[in-house]
Amino acid sequence: MATLRRLLARQEVIIALTIIILSIFIGLVNPSFFSIPNVFRILRSGIIVGMFAMGVLIVLISGGIDVSFPAIAVSAMYITVVFIRDTGIDSLVLSFVVAGLIGLALGLFNAFFIALFKLPTLIVTLGTLSLFRGLLLFFVGSQRIRIAEVSPVLSDLSRGNLITIDNPAGGVANLHIAFVFLVVLAVIVWLLLRYTMLGRAIYAMGGDLEAAERVGFNVRRTQFFIYGFVGLVAGITGIVYCSLSREADPFSIVGIELDVIAAVVLGGASIMGGRGTVVGTLLGVLLITLISSSLVLLGISSDWQRFVVGILIIIGTSIPVLQLRQRQRTQSAAQAV
Amino acid sequence: MPEVFLEANHISKSFVGVQALQDVSLKIEKGEVACLVGENGSGKSTFIKIICGVYAPDQGEIIINGKTYRHLRPIDSIREGIQVIFQDFSLFPNLTVAENIALNDQVARGRQLVNWGTIKKIAREALDQIEIDLPLDATVGEMSVANKQLIAISRAMQQNARLVVMDEPTTALTRKEVEVLYRIVRGLRERGIAILFVSHKLNEVQVLAERVVILRNGSKVVDSPAKELTQEKIVLSMTGHTIADSRYEYSTPKTGQPLLRLEKLSRKGSFRDISFDLYPGEIIGVTGLLGSGRTELALALFGSHPADQGTIKVDGQAVKINSIQDAIKHGIGYVPEDRLTEGLFLERSIGDNIVVRSLKTLLNRSGMVDAVKKHTEIQTWVNNLHIKTSDPLMAVKSLSGGNQQRVVIAKWLASLPRILILNGPTVGVDVGSKAEIHGIVKGLAQQGLGIIVISDDIPELMQVCNRILLMQRGALVESFETKNIAEAALADRLVETIGGD
Repeated sequence: MATLRRLLARQEVIIALTIIILSIFIGLVNPSFFSIPNVFRILRSGIIVGMFAMGVLIVLISGGIDVSFPAIAVSAMYITVVFIRDTGIDSLVLSFVVAGLIGLALGLFNAFFIALFKLPTLIVTLGTLSLFRGLLLFFVGSQRIRIAEVSPVLSDLSRGNLITIDNPAGGVANLHIAFVFLVVLAVIVWLLLRYTMLGRAIYAMGGDLEAAERVGFNVRRTQFFIYGFVGLVAGITGIVYCSLSREADPFSIVGIELDVIAAVVLGGASIMGGRGTVVGTLLGVLLITLISSSLVLLGISSDWQRFVVGILIIIGTSIPVLQLRQRQRTQSAAQAV
Repeated sequence: MPEVFLEANHISKSFVGVQALQDVSLKIEKGEVACLVGENGSGKSTFIKIICGVYAPDQGEIIINGKTYRHLRPIDSIREGIQVIFQDFSLFPNLTVAENIALNDQVARGRQLVNWGTIKKIAREALDQIEIDLPLDATVGEMSVANKQLIAISRAMQQNARLVVMDEPTTALTRKEVEVLYRIVRGLRERGIAILFVSHKLNEVQVLAERVVILRNGSKVVDSPAKELTQEKIVLSMTGHTIADSRYEYSTPKTGQPLLRLEKLSRKGSFRDISFDLYPGEIIGVTGLLGSGRTELALALFGSHPADQGTIKVDGQAVKINSIQDAIKHGIGYVPEDRLTEGLFLERSIGDNIVVRSLKTLLNRSGMVDAVKKHTEIQTWVNNLHIKTSDPLMAVKSLSGGNQQRVVIAKWLASLPRILILNGPTVGVDVGSKAEIHGIVKGLAQQGLGIIVISDDIPELMQVCNRILLMQRGALVESFETKNIAEAALADRLVETIGGD
């Protein structure tokens, strides 16, 4: 009984149960939900949100927030594609390196204001969200570029498949190759958070910033790492995004930030900092993806999807708070006796 | 010639115009127990933060083990073996007990990777050193205050520790736990580790100190062996004046209507059959162990945990107090024990905190708060209660503990209560402020308020109250007139009651 209660106190378990119940429900109404092509389709549509979420997870654990990553991603993606178009150098590795470096630079720009001037992270990144995107549209361009026209290499990537299975219902089911990026990134972030002192510094900062400083962590350097890392991840995700959507649209990506942050928070990361896990975040991403891609199978209009996401966030995030309050109440009662 | 471990030379530090430390020099020898004493706001905490590298001094230098540091960083200080147990514990509420204890060591060793086995081993060893047992995997945020303190102490038990600084380490500990702490301090000294014990509790200083350093208003005023100092001398040096030890003379005869009368008041699981009268001008002390029901009784009178049986009469009229609003309506004010979380808006200004209860009396005709009236009201209370601030617009958290407590009292007085309940009014407050707060309480009673003081500080109750009620396991077991009993006798009686448990 006690183990069960402890298990239910974990956000991961609650989210996993929600996913299972929701899946069964959708599957009962529309049996095609449980087909392999559909599972692959859901995994594919979770790639972008999932990759962004890995960066956001680190920021949230450290007690900050970053809303500028979509602007970083779209800037890195578009500038890289323009670079390929204008120079004619079409190399897969180089385009990832260029986009990653642009992302890193923009992330460090955030870090500069956050670490050295100690400005609130929300304010800084809200500002740079507009700033980066404005600069991109004004100086670099606002025309859509079709990937197939400028980069055969990226175009090939968009058709690459990790797994191809014959679909019993006819045709084949494909899992997109970019899923590998999400898996590798998730493993890296998991190792970083759990087995490096840098990762523990991030948790410590989210728990108590001043205490982290007193223990001897270099808080500023860690902040540079955090926001630089988010930028790097955003830049790479930008390239993956344009390859998946087969075009580089400077008006895309921005707007995804709320879904990403919602996924991370649903996965148990605390908006106040100090808490969050990779597994929880992946489950949060899966839930959000499930809702936005599969409620259609239930015949629910897409307008209602926002409503459902909102309800889930409120319920999902209030459960741990209520549980904590309950625990504190029993504890103080125990002390009073 | 004993060896010097740490030498601080001519340290000065100021914060936005306030001189926190003024040319302070201090030496700490290897393996000695030095006590740093001073009132709240005397610069003790600033000094500690400077020797552990959190603050950089404006002037002066720090020499550790013969090495001179102009810019001491926290990591340097930790590597030199300085461990600080901060007053606020400085723990990570989101991490486990084991990690909280071991993190310090792992950072100091410059580790890049985490070995969870090592972390548990370090934590286990540190806890063994002070002979306590705590669940290593528990999250610190969910532990009691006393356990947090023990975790903070065990974190300082590092292999390379040469100097352990303890900033008011006993505030959250019971008497038994304080004994354990004394034993830890002596054990550390035997191993050649120096201790800088920061406190304003004189009995602790006298038990532990070999040398006493006293700070007043940011300057060092005394630095001498403990045996050359008397308690009076220490108090005089801390406060700059002697403190009169006078009891409260309750002169008003108990005629007419009692202000407050309790008849067989009970609350299931908290207290039962409590009856007493409180007359205008009386100060009644309520004491007993933690869990004797004393705080629960106060909360029942204040309506936050209402009584379920018995009668409360105010001015002879039976009243129902089922909510805080009811209590306020009947003129009952409550100054809580934990002023930081229950009594103050720390981020808001001193002035706003004072008037927050009495805003309704400050409205002009259009129903808006009248700025002039508000300002006058704030000034009156700042002056009446001697709140030491240059500007009432500053945040409350900028004040020292004693002054914060005055703001809480001012807040309740501004709403003109007739009955005031003070729970632990001087917990965490230094000697000088304590005497002043006692003076304020006595003055209020003389103006005709009825006051109930809840405290386990026997000398305090003897000084302030004219009557003391002793509670045990939810029942009122005895009542004493302070003029009829000696302090020692009451203390004995208390110990006896506790022993009976």
